[in-house]
Amino acid sequence: MSKVKLTINGVSIEVEKGTTILEAAKSLDIGIPTLCYVDLKEFNVKNKVGSCRICVVEVDGRNNLAPSCCTPCEEGMVVITNSARVLHARRTILQLLLSDHPKECLTCKKSGECELQDLAAEYRVHEIRYEGEESSYPADRANKSIYRDPNKCIMCRRCETACNDMQKVGILSGTERGFGAVVDTAAHSKLADTYCTFCGQCVSVCPTGALTSITYNQEVIEALADPSKVVIAQTAPAVRVAIGESFAEEPGTISTGKMVAALKKLNFDYVFDTDFAADLTIMEEANEMLDRIKNGGKLPILTSCCPAWVKLLEHQFPEMVNIPSSAKSPQQMFGAVAKHYWAKKMGIDPHNVVVVSVMPCLAKKYESAREEMKSDGVPDVDYVMSTRELAVLLKESGINMSNLKEQEYDNPLGESTGAAVIFGAAGGVLEAALRTAYEWFTGKELAEVNFEAVRGIDGIKSAEIDLDGTTVKVAQASGLGNARELLNKIRKGEEAYHAIEIMACPGGCINGGGQPFIHGDTSIIKKRQEALYNIDSNEEIRKSHENPMIKKLYKEWLDKPGSHEAHKYLHTEYFERGI
Amino acid sequence: MIEQYRIVLRNCGVIDPDSLDDYIKQYGYQALGKTLAEMTPADVVAEIEGAGLRGRGGGGFPTGFKWKIAAQQKSDTKFVVCNADEGDPGAFMDRSVIEGDPHSIIEAMAIAGYAIGASMGYVYVRAEYPLAIERLNRAIDKAKEKGLLGDNILGSDFSFDLEIKFGAGAFVCGEETSLIHSIEGYRGEPTTKPPFPAVEGLFGKPTIVNNVETFANVPAIILKGKDWFRSIGTESSPGTKVFALAGKINNTGLIEVPMGTTINQIIFEIGGGIPNGKKAKAIQTGGPSGGCIPVKYFDTAIDYESLKALESMMGSGGMIVLDEDTCIVDTAKFYLDFTVDESCGKCTPCRIGNKRLLELLEKVTNGTADENTLNDIQSLSQVIKDTSLCGLGQTSPNPVLSTLKFFPEEYKEHIVDKKCSAFVCKELYQYVINDSCVGCTLCSKKCPVSCIEGEVKGVHIIVQDDCIKCGKCYEVCKFNSVDLVPGGLSNV
Repeated sequence: MSKVKLTINGVSIEVEKGTTILEAAKSLDIGIPTLCYVDLKEFNVKNKVGSCRICVVEVDGRNNLAPSCCTPCEEGMVVITNSARVLHARRTILQLLLSDHPKECLTCKKSGECELQDLAAEYRVHEIRYEGEESSYPADRANKSIYRDPNKCIMCRRCETACNDMQKVGILSGTERGFGAVVDTAAHSKLADTYCTFCGQCVSVCPTGALTSITYNQEVIEALADPSKVVIAQTAPAVRVAIGESFAEEPGTISTGKMVAALKKLNFDYVFDTDFAADLTIMEEANEMLDRIKNGGKLPILTSCCPAWVKLLEHQFPEMVNIPSSAKSPQQMFGAVAKHYWAKKMGIDPHNVVVVSVMPCLAKKYESAREEMKSDGVPDVDYVMSTRELAVLLKESGINMSNLKEQEYDNPLGESTGAAVIFGAAGGVLEAALRTAYEWFTGKELAEVNFEAVRGIDGIKSAEIDLDGTTVKVAQASGLGNARELLNKIRKGEEAYHAIEIMACPGGCINGGGQPFIHGDTSIIKKRQEALYNIDSNEEIRKSHENPMIKKLYKEWLDKPGSHEAHKYLHTEYFERGI
Repeated sequence: MIEQYRIVLRNCGVIDPDSLDDYIKQYGYQALGKTLAEMTPADVVAEIEGAGLRGRGGGGFPTGFKWKIAAQQKSDTKFVVCNADEGDPGAFMDRSVIEGDPHSIIEAMAIAGYAIGASMGYVYVRAEYPLAIERLNRAIDKAKEKGLLGDNILGSDFSFDLEIKFGAGAFVCGEETSLIHSIEGYRGEPTTKPPFPAVEGLFGKPTIVNNVETFANVPAIILKGKDWFRSIGTESSPGTKVFALAGKINNTGLIEVPMGTTINQIIFEIGGGIPNGKKAKAIQTGGPSGGCIPVKYFDTAIDYESLKALESMMGSGGMIVLDEDTCIVDTAKFYLDFTVDESCGKCTPCRIGNKRLLELLEKVTNGTADENTLNDIQSLSQVIKDTSLCGLGQTSPNPVLSTLKFFPEEYKEHIVDKKCSAFVCKELYQYVINDSCVGCTLCSKKCPVSCIEGEVKGVHIIVQDDCIKCGKCYEVCKFNSVDLVPGGLSNV
């Protein structure tokens, strides 16, 4: 790669050809504000449309200002990033953006985490010099997961890049033109009427309050205050390695015990672990997988833990709706077990049990509301809150999680294995399933439980696993764009596998749409991932079928994986949804 | 007396556009034949570069240089694109060329394809030009039949094919990167340059995008040579330019004159002067990206540089003559209104900035501007120029800045005196009936909103609060009893 030399604010620097002015300035620790720009390095996705113009700089010999995020460095370039002209332009751009932005920061859901608000503060925009007509679009909250307020859209197009380039779902796009231009769905449909998967990656990258989650915190607060209800919490694997970030902990901090303590402080009657249900999922899914392999069933078997991925399949791969495992996701299994096994044991009417999930995900909200996600007429899960929303609720309740003494999950639904916790990282479900499938298939003990080949946040991974002479081909895709690529190959018959794990969010649930914002720093995802594998490697029991509480559950209630009772409560079906 | 000089329009109205034979009789396809038989691709590029041909679509970028860059790129696929997305209000030279001489574009694009190493071309035409599309389609078919397009053109190794793509009428698609995205099937929006299309254009391949008028010059340059072309026009801007003459001028329509012709020559010698004995006030050139040049500069010899020096630009050649009855602020507002409407909305300064600029101008014309307004207009215009993503936004404040520079007193009159001398800005004038009214009641009968009161044979009164300033009373009064007077802000 050839190099180019330039000066930025009088400092000489040599960079590789193709480096942008923004990147070069960053390496010199020169700050340039950005809004539309985002670089999700680990996922090879960049939004560098150069639309907001906040990052403009002065380049000698150029008539107008250059957008530093998409202007490559050139030999001999002389760049000034903070001249009066530049600062004036940036302030004007900010004033323009604010002139067409609702002035409701105090009540905005994104307040405190809004990049536009931060910049307005940084640039001390005290007045909006150019006032005038403001855009007025209807908001969309006609779904369970994502709240869209186009009035707060600044046309940065990050969501569009996440939805189209990364997830390749293609719901959001620039529409209309001129002052009326806004990111919207085709024909201005509500998200619920599109094939949006509610993966929430658009929410993750939105710099303002245009895309936020639909929250049920108030309902949870009311349930907690209702003496007639037994309110229980379940926490997904990926939450424990991310929620610390909301309390200024280092990324990758494991906050399991403190999170449990915090939930107890919120007066949850019982704090359980979705990991328990993850182990249960493995029991059902591994059983189904081996059954299909041995008895010539439909292959590949696809994992079904991720509701966004399931929805994509239902819309866009209708001929494949019968191949995912019929096992419900751990969230839903947990609810079914809590309400129909645990409640009975405790002598509580399932109607009085309120199951609150804490999930890294926004699609889980949608999933819990799916018509078929109930047993005996009782919904498995009542409310789903995201990791971010739990943090909000804790702060609102005056609970500083960081200062709490660690506590243990309640039992029996708090008991889990290392296999369960890695569900939160891409490849984890597959690895957990393999640990169990191996032992069941071969009847031998699995010595090396780490299946490194399916780990990591690469988009598509595949491996051949030797089950004592029988080779099982497995693959893993994370990110719906990668999932589509993999499925298309299978559809065309170019590749064949026995089992495939798919996660809608790149890197898996650790990067879910409900996790604390990473503001483009994808190294955080890697740290969360490492933390999950650390928890796993420190667990004594690392295979789901060895979870003593799971064994007890089958003994007392379900009999065996795939039993009639298991099918009634723990399995589901999928539907062709059209587009 | 200046005469028109036709290179671009050489065949328009002379030949039957549907007749390939007619075109061939006018030396048609001889340039392509010469290119394939006698010239290397580098020769062609050198000839165009040497001729000093510059982009006729607006920017005036050296065409030969663009071709050279594209020719230098190593790529198995390259494209030639003809920009026929003519969008400037009042301009129709591209349409005339395609409608009147479609083969000249086909021939030029094939020559360009040979020069840069492309075997595929697209003509991006507005769907609002059905006749142009129809004739171009027929011309393409005929050229293919005769082996002038397709594989092994004229028995050579060179193959070139053409396809027509329709534009849906978005002005911004005249901007080359937007045009490219539109052809690719994406939303018509610009992207930042670099990469320039000549390096990375249509479908990521080296692409030259040239305007219709630019292409129409090419066969003539190849046949007659660069020196001939340079002998016409000025040093920096050789050749001719087609202008669409419109507005307050006796002879409207397309004209083609050598570069260097003065505005006076165009308006008074070719255009026949201003109608109704009125005086000229300014000439608006360059479409929505251009500016208004006042009468005192009418002796300017027109070329790319001289127009730019006068805060205007060549643009695609729109020329709208404004007479003394024109309000200059209203004119600036008209053009800005167009840009606000046609902005793609991608970048902040163009999407919101131009809207705010328009609102500031509206304040000027409706009498609500104050002492800070001019400063705000200046400052905002500068930032829009400085920070917009594409040419549309970068030039959109030009009509405002040029009128502000040349007619500052007219802005001040609006702002300070709340007066529009041209009686164009409705909020700044009113109709009143003077004492000479004989009470014939005609005005009252004709008034569409019945806001004129009075007895028969008595002096009538216009109820200003209800008056919509349609001017009907002024028109019908036979006794000159209705006056147009400044003021009236109080009833806005």
